[in-house]
Amino acid sequence: MYELRLTWRTLSKSYATLLGIIIIVAMFCVAVFASQLAPYEYDEMTIKDKLIGPTGNHILGTDQFGRDILARTIYGAQVSLLVGLGGTAMAMVAGILLGATAGYWGGWWDEVLMRVLDIWMAFPYIVLAIVLAWIIGPGLRNLILVIGIIRAPQFARIIRGSVLTIKEVEFIEAARSVGQRSLLILWRHILPNCISPIIVYASLCVATAINAEAALSFLGLGIQPPTPSWGMMLAEGRRYMFDAPWIPTFPGIAVSLTILGYNLLGDGLRDALDPRMRRQLR
Amino acid sequence: MSKYILRRLLMLIPVLLGISIVVFAFIHLIPGDPVVTILGSEYTEETAEQLRHVLGLDRPLYIQYLNWLGRALRGSLGRSIFPFGMITQAGGGDPVLELILARLPTTIVLTVGAMVISVIIALPLGVITAARRDSLLDNFTRAISVTGVSMPIFWLGLLLILVFSLKLRWLPPGGSIGDAGLKVMILPWFALGVAEAALVTRMTRSTLLEILGEDYIRTARAKGLRESIVYYRHALRNALIPVVTVVGLQFGRLLGGAVLTETIFNLPGLGRLLIDSVHSRDYPVIQGCVLFIAFFFVFANLAVDILYAFLDPRVSLK
Repeated sequence: MYELRLTWRTLSKSYATLLGIIIIVAMFCVAVFASQLAPYEYDEMTIKDKLIGPTGNHILGTDQFGRDILARTIYGAQVSLLVGLGGTAMAMVAGILLGATAGYWGGWWDEVLMRVLDIWMAFPYIVLAIVLAWIIGPGLRNLILVIGIIRAPQFARIIRGSVLTIKEVEFIEAARSVGQRSLLILWRHILPNCISPIIVYASLCVATAINAEAALSFLGLGIQPPTPSWGMMLAEGRRYMFDAPWIPTFPGIAVSLTILGYNLLGDGLRDALDPRMRRQLR
Repeated sequence: MSKYILRRLLMLIPVLLGISIVVFAFIHLIPGDPVVTILGSEYTEETAEQLRHVLGLDRPLYIQYLNWLGRALRGSLGRSIFPFGMITQAGGGDPVLELILARLPTTIVLTVGAMVISVIIALPLGVITAARRDSLLDNFTRAISVTGVSMPIFWLGLLLILVFSLKLRWLPPGGSIGDAGLKVMILPWFALGVAEAALVTRMTRSTLLEILGEDYIRTARAKGLRESIVYYRHALRNALIPVVTVVGLQFGRLLGGAVLTETIFNLPGLGRLLIDSVHSRDYPVIQGCVLFIAFFFVFANLAVDILYAFLDPRVSLK
C-alpha cells in the first residue's frame, strides 16, 4: 500500500504523466460510452451527404459513403482499446507463464525457450504481424491473438530476467527452507516482486499494440469493413485526401493521441517505479 | 577479436536454421489446402494434383523442408505463382530471388536514408537537451520527441503527402527512383526517420545525462578542462557506445517500417512486394521476402554487435 501511494505521489508530480492519464481515461470513456456519444450510427450511410466537410450537422465531416466521421472515430476507439488491452493482456499472461517457469526452473526448458524466443525475435515485428494476420485471418479476435503472440516473447524475457535475480535473494531461500512448494513460492513471493518492469512494459506495449492494429487495418489485414478502425479509416481516406482531407485527419489524430497517452504513462511509470529516479523526482 | 566474431557467427547457425523452419512452416500453417487457396474456387482435380506436385506438397514434410532449404542455400527461393497458370506448365513465373533483388535497392536507399536523417536530427538534439537539462528547449524537444514516437508512420506519411505534395506541390507523393530520381525519397525518408530520430534523441540524452554524473567527468572538470572538451572528448564518446547499438538495432524497425512507408508512397521496394504478395496469396514470394528480411535483420544485428565490440573492448572479453 505504501509502495502504491509513493508511486502515485511520484506520478502525479509529472505533468506529462498526468496528461497521459487524462488522455487514456478520456479515450476509455469514449470507447465505453460510444453509443451515447456518437451523433450517428457508424454505418449509417447518407449518399447525398457524401464527402461534405466539417459542418453543423457533421462536425468532422462525412466520408465517401456519407457516413459521419465523428461517429466512426468514436466507435474506432472501441477497436483500438480492445486490441490494445486485449493483445497486451494476452501477451502478458503468456509471457509470465513462459518467462517465470523458465527463470525459476532453468535447465533444458529455459534453454529451449530462450532459443525459440531468439528465433522469434529475429523477425521485425511488423513483418511478423503481417504474416501472422495473413495466416490467422482478419477480424478483431484474430488481431488480439496476433498481438499477443508477437509481444509475449518480450514479456517472457523481462520476467525471466527478474525471476533469475529474485530467486537468489535470501527470503526465497527462507521460503524454500521452511518447505514451501515451488509454485507457491513463484506465485506468492517471486512474481509480486517482478511487477514493476511488467507494468512499465505493459503500458508501452498497449501503445505498440494500438499502432500495430492501425497498421494492419491500414494494410487491409486487420479489422474489416464496415466496423470502423482508425487504421482502416486512414486507408480509405487516403484515396480522397486531396478533396476530403478531413477523412484521414481525425482518425490520424485519434490514433496518435491514444498512443501518446500510453507512451507518456509508460515513461512516467518507468520513472516512478525506478527508486533512483524516484529520489530525483521527489 | 577474430575469435569473438567466429563465435558469434557459429551462434548464428541455429538461429538461421530456426528462421528457415519458421518461414517454411508458414505455408503449412494456413488453414485448408494451400493448393486450393492458390487455385481459388474453380479448378479441376488434375490441375490441383499437378500444382501439388510442382510445389512438392505431395512429399513428406521433412523432405519438403530439406528440398526447400537445399534450394534456398543454392540461391533459389522458388518461383512466383504469377502469372497464374504458368506454374503448372513451365514451373512458375518469375524467380523469387530476382523479384527480391530487383526491389532491394529501393528498400536499402529508403532505410539507410532514414537512418542517416534520424542520426543527423537526433545526435545534436540529444547533446543540446542533455547539456541544458530542464530548460525550455529541453522540455520542448522532449515533448516533440515523445509525439514523434507516438505518430504512426502511415499517418505521418499521409500528412507529409498532404502538405508537401498535394498542397504545396514541392515534392512528388511517390513513385520510383528510376523515373523521378532521389526526389521521390525525401518524404519517405522523413516519414520513416522521424520516429527513429525521436528514439535516438531520447537515448542520447539519457545516456549522456548518466555519464555526466560519473566520477571521471567530475575529475575532468576538477582538472579545469573546458566544458566543450568535457562534453565532446569525455562524455559524448562514451555515450555514443549505447547510441550506436540503438542506431544499429533501428535497422530491424526500419525494415518493418519500410513495409508501411513503401505502401504509402508507392515505392517499389521489398516491403511493397511482401504486401502485394500477401494480398495475391503468392506463397513462394511471401516466404522469400520474410526469409530475406529476417536474414538481413540478423546479419545487421551481428554487424552491430561486432561494431560494439570494437568500440568497447570489454564486450569481446566476456
